[in-house]
Amino acid sequence: MLEHYLSIALTAIFVENMALAFFLGMCSFLAVSKKVDTAIGLGMAVTFVLTITVPMNNLIYNYLLKEGSLEWIHPSLAQYDLSFLGFLTYIGTIAAMVQIVEMTLDRYAPALYGALGVFLPLIAVNCAILGASLFMVERDYTLGESTVYGIGSGIGWALAIIGLAAIRERLRYSNIPPGLRGLGITFIITGLMAIGFMAFAGIQL
Amino acid sequence: MKFLRQLLDKQAPMFEKGGKLEKLYPLWEAQDTFLYTPGEVTDGPSHVRDGMDLKRVMMTVVVSLLGCIYMAMYNTGYQANLAVSLGAPALETWQTAAMAKLGFALDPTNLLACLVHGALYYVPVLVVCFAVGGLWEVLFATVRNHEVNEGFFVTGMLFPLILPPTIPLWQVAVGISFGVVVGKEIFGGTGMNILNPALTARAFLFFAYPAEISGDKVWTAAVTRADGVSGATWLARAAETGTEALTLDWWDAFIGLIPGSMGETSTLACLAGALLLIVTRVGSWRIMAGVTLGTAAMGLLLNVIDSPTNPFFGVPFWWQFLLGGWAFGMAFMATDPVSAPHSSRGRWVYGVMIGMLVVLIRIINPAYPEGMMLAILLMNVFAPTIDYFVVQSNIKRRMARYAA
Repeated sequence: MLEHYLSIALTAIFVENMALAFFLGMCSFLAVSKKVDTAIGLGMAVTFVLTITVPMNNLIYNYLLKEGSLEWIHPSLAQYDLSFLGFLTYIGTIAAMVQIVEMTLDRYAPALYGALGVFLPLIAVNCAILGASLFMVERDYTLGESTVYGIGSGIGWALAIIGLAAIRERLRYSNIPPGLRGLGITFIITGLMAIGFMAFAGIQL
Repeated sequence: MKFLRQLLDKQAPMFEKGGKLEKLYPLWEAQDTFLYTPGEVTDGPSHVRDGMDLKRVMMTVVVSLLGCIYMAMYNTGYQANLAVSLGAPALETWQTAAMAKLGFALDPTNLLACLVHGALYYVPVLVVCFAVGGLWEVLFATVRNHEVNEGFFVTGMLFPLILPPTIPLWQVAVGISFGVVVGKEIFGGTGMNILNPALTARAFLFFAYPAEISGDKVWTAAVTRADGVSGATWLARAAETGTEALTLDWWDAFIGLIPGSMGETSTLACLAGALLLIVTRVGSWRIMAGVTLGTAAMGLLLNVIDSPTNPFFGVPFWWQFLLGGWAFGMAFMATDPVSAPHSSRGRWVYGVMIGMLVVLIRIINPAYPEGMMLAILLMNVFAPTIDYFVVQSNIKRRMARYAA
């Protein structure tokens, strides 16, 4: 059992890295990667939100939305299939979660709150987070599996953004052609990083 | 030689600011500094006097590659001749025709026949590499006004050595273009890139044209088949059937008489190069030691774990040092001072991680038989991160020391 969870986590971190294998969560990945400490903060926030929202959405899906899942309330409700409400509810859960993270950070880590700026509320529409919930549904994870998957994909995304931020800090000494400075070179670096991450592609755990 | 100096000085005004050929200054500068020590002296208060400039560093690498280049020519020819003498048909290429014209039999015991046959494959790749890569380098140097420097020289030497002998020349051109332009020049040139340009070029070819750079048929310049004379690398054989496939004498594998990319097969030549790099302090011994330790540790661990379904688990860890591109990557690729971490402790971490990843990719990942290229590229990506955390921990330690 432990091995199974470990393999889900490692697959989510390395083989199916949210940022560098699926290219999800690109907006904040590209925009908030100028400094390593901000990147660490955002990475932690994303990991936290993923760890909570994926299992939460798992419960919502399994006990409210899935076809026949309402049976536990009353047998006559078994005929309903509410999975068409999926996108709406997942985003709702995520948005609520992000609000809580935001208020917590504002209260206890105001410096980080200031540094993350507008990107913190934007986590709500970070495709990596919605993506993780949708992958969870598609792959039919149990509650335990989805918790591990949430943590894993969060760590993988954080790892990628920290790596990118460290590279961009080093690039301050580079002489990049003016037309490519900023976002242009960041896109290219992301591509080169993805080549590096190809090392894990194909591993079956 | 005075005459040459005068000639260069006479031309100088033409290329300096305001001269007619101002735009071509990088070219003039390149040949001037190639022939003579640069004349510039510091005018500030710093007086570091060391002959170890960028040019010397890069040329040391080229010198340390000579053994590998020799083995690239000899072994490429030897493998081709050996396959032919075992009954495989020779390739229908101009190289085979040229060998016949020159009057050489395809004989593996004839040193000269092997060298010439190998050179017929190696030299065209090298020439294309320098012609196309050099064109990009000069183009960028002219437009962006930086110097043409020896960093490209090293990339151009390294890249042919990590290609299979049968690689089509147009792919060499495409690969080196990607490596030089995307891997290096758009970051501002030598010293400012994040990934090793030669490996970037190879990874690009590897993913774009897998048929010509992986599999069993490309490593020997003769027609090899599974049912006839096999052209599979020893790494591929080990992955398939484990230790039993390694019937070869350990010593032969150490010298490099096995199929593979042109310059990577000879562990001996790579170690000689590594020694020169360590003695001249051009290559970091920490990285090399780290890679060795990491490979040995992970190899040993997987030996102990063993797996009933994957015979590669059982291959003794010392074979990892001899197979594939391990030695070449350890000596020349991982130690690239630009794309490796810049801190000493970071280099240990980086080396050990590469060593462990190589074994993991080789044994656990069924998608690739070899892991050296991707392991180094992956750690290149994280080298700045490693440096960041080393620096942070240094800061923390000193803060604690001064607070007390």
